[in-house]
Amino acid sequence: MADDELDLSTLDDTELVEQMHDDLYDGLAPEIVEGTNILLSRGWEAQEVLNKALVEGMRIVGIDFRDGILFVPEVLLAANAMKAGMAILRPLLAETGAETIGKVVVGTVKGDIHDIGKNLVAMMLEGSGFEVIDLGINTDAEEFIAALEEHRPEILGMSALLTTTMPYMKVVIDALVERGMRDDYIVLVGGAPLNEEFGRAVGADAYCRDAAVAAETAEALVLAKRLMSGED
Amino acid sequence: MGAYVIACGALARELGSVISASRLAGITVEYLPAGLHNTPDRIPALVDERLARAAATHESLFVAYADCGTGGLLDPVVARHGATRLPGAHCYEFFAGHALFAELHAAEPGTFYLTDYLARNFERLVWAGLGIDRWPQLRDSYFGNYHRLVYLSQTRDEATLAKATRAAAKLGLAFEHRHVGLGLLEPAIRGLGAA
Repeated sequence: MADDELDLSTLDDTELVEQMHDDLYDGLAPEIVEGTNILLSRGWEAQEVLNKALVEGMRIVGIDFRDGILFVPEVLLAANAMKAGMAILRPLLAETGAETIGKVVVGTVKGDIHDIGKNLVAMMLEGSGFEVIDLGINTDAEEFIAALEEHRPEILGMSALLTTTMPYMKVVIDALVERGMRDDYIVLVGGAPLNEEFGRAVGADAYCRDAAVAAETAEALVLAKRLMSGED
Repeated sequence: MGAYVIACGALARELGSVISASRLAGITVEYLPAGLHNTPDRIPALVDERLARAAATHESLFVAYADCGTGGLLDPVVARHGATRLPGAHCYEFFAGHALFAELHAAEPGTFYLTDYLARNFERLVWAGLGIDRWPQLRDSYFGNYHRLVYLSQTRDEATLAKATRAAAKLGLAFEHRHVGLGLLEPAIRGLGAA
């Protein structure tokens, strides 16, 4: 019971960040909101709160999910807690004009309405400094292509949960090839039934097994592409 | 010596009824836990292990799983052992048949399906299995994009129908009942007797 009554404001910064990692792990949204507000009131930049408290906390959650210590409900609760913290930070990040690493268009493919994993990826990408344009669920090739043309992102991310819908990723990639657009984008794919082999077979640049890996991969591939093209 | 079947525990009643109704002899059936439905990535290795053990002592091997969320990873296991498996992506598809399932999915991608087994075990496998009993707020995180629940029944049983109806209500989804029977499961299992 003593833990339930822990006064977060009595913790120093390091303790508070560690406590927020624990609270994220336990899916405690109100505590994450409180911790986020305390750090901001102590003069922390929104980006610093995001990186050190939220993204790092979710990275730990991701590792334990991968290792079979946490399961989907716990990850979902953690994601909801992070979302609550992000709701406070997002306007502050926009206000300060924090520099983004790049843009990502994400969506769940046609015929598929599952978005838990895709939302988590979007959140981790946003946490890593990407601007995310989320097309939602049941997205067809034309919608993906229209969004790519409108937003000119570095990355296209596609998600599917169903064995029956994951082949649609190839339909989208083939459409990009046909229009001579494929090389303009880094294509990442993910979803529970996918694997690396499938990613290669459909012509994606990478398969990402979870949200943390998606964010790391996105960052690494964008930087690599910029280096290759001689950009800064 | 006869056929060996490694099956999903969720099919135990249905397999048993086909085997006894068809008076199939010389078939050895083993089951893996139905709870693997929620962790399908574990299915290929477990099936592989059982097939390897049974191969030397049986004439034919059959896997009573569809792809079942394994993302195509069950097929290489099946092929390596010279076995065959149930058709389709999951039990909803082999019970409903390819055409009806495609029609249902095209009409409403946001459809959640129950079979007899899932209707009977909804509370344990779905409600508690997804943690909604402990964290009710997760219901809409999981099912917010769904619009209807289709109960694909194998038997005409009022009690199971009532459970399926209640499940739809708990999930906040429109309810639809399609009696599909054993679908493609029946000919696949009968075929083992002829093999």
